[in-house]
Amino acid sequence: MFELLGVSPQVLFGQLLLGLINGSFYAVLSLGLAIIFGLLNIINFAHGAQYMMGAFVAWMLLQYAGVGYWWSLLIAPLVVGATGIVIERLFLSRLQNVDHLYGLLLTFGLALIIQGVFRNEYGVSGLPYGIPRELAGGNNLGFMFLPNYRAWVVVAALAVCIVTWLVIERTRLGAYLRAATENATLVGAFGINVPMLVTLTYGFGVALAGFAGVLAAPIYAVNPNMGADLIIVVFAVVVIGGMGSILGSIVTGFALGIVEGLTKVFYPEASSTVIFVIMILVLLVKPAGLFGRAA
Amino acid sequence: MPEAVVRPFPAPKPAAAPLLSVRNLQAWYGESHVLHGIDFDVAPGEVVTLLGRNGAGKTTTLRSIIGILRKRTGSINFDGQETIRLPARQIARLGIGYVPEERGIFSSLSVAENLILPPIIKPGGMTQDQIFTLFPNLRERLFSQGTKLSGGEQQMLAIARILRTGANLILLDEPTEGLAPVIVEQIGHTIARLKQDGFTIVLVEQNFRFASTVADRHYVVDQGRVVDMIRNDELDANIDKLHSYLGV
Repeated sequence: MFELLGVSPQVLFGQLLLGLINGSFYAVLSLGLAIIFGLLNIINFAHGAQYMMGAFVAWMLLQYAGVGYWWSLLIAPLVVGATGIVIERLFLSRLQNVDHLYGLLLTFGLALIIQGVFRNEYGVSGLPYGIPRELAGGNNLGFMFLPNYRAWVVVAALAVCIVTWLVIERTRLGAYLRAATENATLVGAFGINVPMLVTLTYGFGVALAGFAGVLAAPIYAVNPNMGADLIIVVFAVVVIGGMGSILGSIVTGFALGIVEGLTKVFYPEASSTVIFVIMILVLLVKPAGLFGRAA
Repeated sequence: MPEAVVRPFPAPKPAAAPLLSVRNLQAWYGESHVLHGIDFDVAPGEVVTLLGRNGAGKTTTLRSIIGILRKRTGSINFDGQETIRLPARQIARLGIGYVPEERGIFSSLSVAENLILPPIIKPGGMTQDQIFTLFPNLRERLFSQGTKLSGGEQQMLAIARILRTGANLILLDEPTEGLAPVIVEQIGHTIARLKQDGFTIVLVEQNFRFASTVADRHYVVDQGRVVDMIRNDELDANIDKLHSYLGV
């Protein structure tokens, strides 16, 4: 087999796959953040904790109720989304008319509380969650070994991103959402229930984080800190894609995962910082992000 | 200033029972008291204008009626229902359509999406074909971005999307502002056609020459109050007084 700059194809494609998997999580999480920021103008710092909750709900369903992965993939996002709805109704809806910084501080505080509660209850060593039987094993593609579950993660994340994008760009509900992002007051004056739209949108964005958490549970150990480690990178992805840009968050999420994977191959020392370097460069050249519109 | 400016104007009753009745409407932007007691009635099928100088309170009156401005007191009765405590979305659902001064065309939506954005709230709204007969330009630009239209086309789109909804009272805020004379004339024909079709219209205008071509009656607003009412057929006889009100 060929080698690229002295790197064997197994290593290259293996890291590309890892990058694609990380990119899948970046895309789904940044998509949720972008939707929430677009309509609510809130930087949802609790997103990482809500991703972690998704993984924990899946683990609890299995541990305490014997509910397996596939049902968890449906139930956990609904449960986490429902907690998001409660948070929006109880707290965020009261912050509509104050500086956006308050929303950031509130969700940051909530993230600390949620993580603290789970850390207190389950410790930080991580809980195992098995790969579902149907997706065990993998396929040898000749140039690399492709584990089935990891391929599923990429496909599922891509499908969720595409469906979400289609709903936002091609349906009447999506038109309400885009219009309310521009001028919520006028949309309300047309007879559309904007507060309900805001609540459900936040719930959906949070449910996406929960969905990503369930996808992550069999790959990473279910750990109270799993979201905190990831969320900073995801924020960088959102900034690079353009705050509030749906397409930007999806494309940038997958692309940066791959860039990160390639960096691990060719210059491993920079792999944990490459996304932030790109963020700085993008902010210097295009402050609104690659897909964002200047204010 | 004419004497009428300084005393409350008793709103005359229109011949038919009013579709919209506004009494002692007061409104605030934050701590700033903007409307000091607006009174007027609009009968079904009437076109009524609110005339006045910049900052007189005309736009604020419309924003208060539709409920965008929440800090308001007094009474707004639409079709027998008191709306002063209702949020905008519920007021719209009673059958009031609002076309804002800045037109409110959404840049992230195509013309087609802008057109069908407001939900149908009552039967009796125009079909898309009827709308395209009234505004043929819109049919040709359906897939353009809403804000790529000319000012006149955007105004037509802003009016058209309300006509679909079945709203029977339309609040039109300065529809001719910044438009070329030929487009203003077209907007005038549209309003006349809507009147023929039985729509009731409250029109905010600074251009009283345009208003006189479409309206039945004119309420003059000054410093947050209605200070006079002039029937359109009496406009010529009252032209000096009107000039004085408007500072022309």
